[in-house]
Amino acid sequence: MMSEHLTARPFDVEAIRADFPALHQQVHGHPLVYLDNAATTQKPRTVIDAVRGFYENDCSNVHRGVHALSQRATVAYESSRTVIKNHVGARDSREIVFTRSTTESINLVAHSFVRPRLKEGDEVLITTMEHHSNIVPWQLLCQQTGAKLRVVPISDEGEIIMEEYAKLLNDRTRIVGVVHISNALGTVNPVKDMIQLAHEQGIPVLVDGAQALPHLPVDVQDLDCDFYAFSAHKVYGPTGIGALYGKRAHLLEMTPYQSGGDMILSVTFDETHFNEPPHLFEAGTPNIEGALGFAKALEYLQSVGIEATQAHEKHLLDQATEAVLEVPGIRLVGRARQRAGALSFVMEGIHPHDIGTILDQEGVAVRAGHHCAQPVMQRYKLSATVRASFALYNRSDEIEALVKGLHTVREVFG
Amino acid sequence: MSDLKELYKEVILDHNRNPRNCYIMDCATRTADGHNPLCGDTVKVYLRIEDGIIEEISFQGHGCAICTASTSLMTESVRGKTVEEAQGLFDEFHLMLTGVAEEQGIEMGKLMVFEGVREYPVRVKCATLAWHTLHAAMEEKKENVSTE
Repeated sequence: MMSEHLTARPFDVEAIRADFPALHQQVHGHPLVYLDNAATTQKPRTVIDAVRGFYENDCSNVHRGVHALSQRATVAYESSRTVIKNHVGARDSREIVFTRSTTESINLVAHSFVRPRLKEGDEVLITTMEHHSNIVPWQLLCQQTGAKLRVVPISDEGEIIMEEYAKLLNDRTRIVGVVHISNALGTVNPVKDMIQLAHEQGIPVLVDGAQALPHLPVDVQDLDCDFYAFSAHKVYGPTGIGALYGKRAHLLEMTPYQSGGDMILSVTFDETHFNEPPHLFEAGTPNIEGALGFAKALEYLQSVGIEATQAHEKHLLDQATEAVLEVPGIRLVGRARQRAGALSFVMEGIHPHDIGTILDQEGVAVRAGHHCAQPVMQRYKLSATVRASFALYNRSDEIEALVKGLHTVREVFG
Repeated sequence: MSDLKELYKEVILDHNRNPRNCYIMDCATRTADGHNPLCGDTVKVYLRIEDGIIEEISFQGHGCAICTASTSLMTESVRGKTVEEAQGLFDEFHLMLTGVAEEQGIEMGKLMVFEGVREYPVRVKCATLAWHTLHAAMEEKKENVSTE
């Protein structure tokens, strides 16, 4: 069940589009142009079939039944973990913990790894361009422990200022949290260099990889990150399932985050013997069909080829950057040298929400808002931007539709 | 394009470009802050109420065209009205955006330009933020108003 898609095929955007049922619809009388992929991606048929197939054939609980269905479900669930482990280059499947989301993965690290070692006066270091999911858990933890949240500044172009980062690392820093690709700016951060700098001082690093997985080859061993948090739905998989990669030695040190069934070996009213990681962190019946869909999504991406995807998306991003800038009054927000996936911009005198509504009327789906990254909006003195974000199934003519829509915005507002 | 003109009527675009009564009022007797966390729209409403009459109303803030125009037109509509009359207008405005006003034959005057907003459910909050904030100011509520 794992290897049917592993051989890369020639990149053919029409063939790819045929795999995504939701792309073939009309919105307000126009063909759907889906450019909100950083919010969530559409799902290929193989993922939809895997989720449905679980309920049609193998529906049962995992890790407990002796009957055939439960055994099939358990094998499929654990095989999915292996697919994920291989995709991100982990050493061992036991380093992959299933969670609900990237957010839950970060919360798990905050509560089970960082909290026990955080004292008053210690520091947690994040960057200005983090998503709320990589800010709020640390903020709460700091409030509860008396630790300080420190923030690495970014440049006007939307790049982390590495000299400042190096200065902020110190002997009170207990963890660094950094986003691999910014969902709001599209910046690809030099996480490998950042991890190396932190490790020189013995500081562990968590990378928020939610936006990176669909756009880049990710190798956690090469990065040498301590934790890598990600979710399925940003990379063509189902919603409601994510994962945390954690170095085995770290996971073995961590205490449970939630407790209950499936994370135990034996329970009496006097004491409980806990299961090992990753099961220790997967209390309760898991999102089995989500795990199956997650694996199928990664296999789909592998079948298209991550390098081919990267090249295709780079072409789209370059084309979109150039075309959008030709519309009068447009200013890009985030002009980092290394960008992927998303293009954020504002239009002089016109609020992003009005732009979003008008584009929607032309069938073009974009995100207009703060992208759950309000501090980065504040950095640029904005309340919102328009974001067009790309996936492997987007086409050049969809960028033309976006630009045509932006001209309509100009016409409406005169 | 014609559908869009139903939403972005000339009056709305005009009030968005040149919002009326958009200033900080130093002598306000009541103020309230409103916030739409979904899109980041913020509005602060200033009132000078004397003997139960809204003698002066102004606002500051930033938001989309619907939000800005709605706030601007609201200030024009309620100035000189009693607090009760303003509250009544707020209720009717709500009825208009839910389609009930039309059934009941309620005439909203120039506020009718927002009728088109009801075809865009996610934008209804943009049009009502100012009114919720006005309501809070009249009620002298202390906490920030949120559309969520």
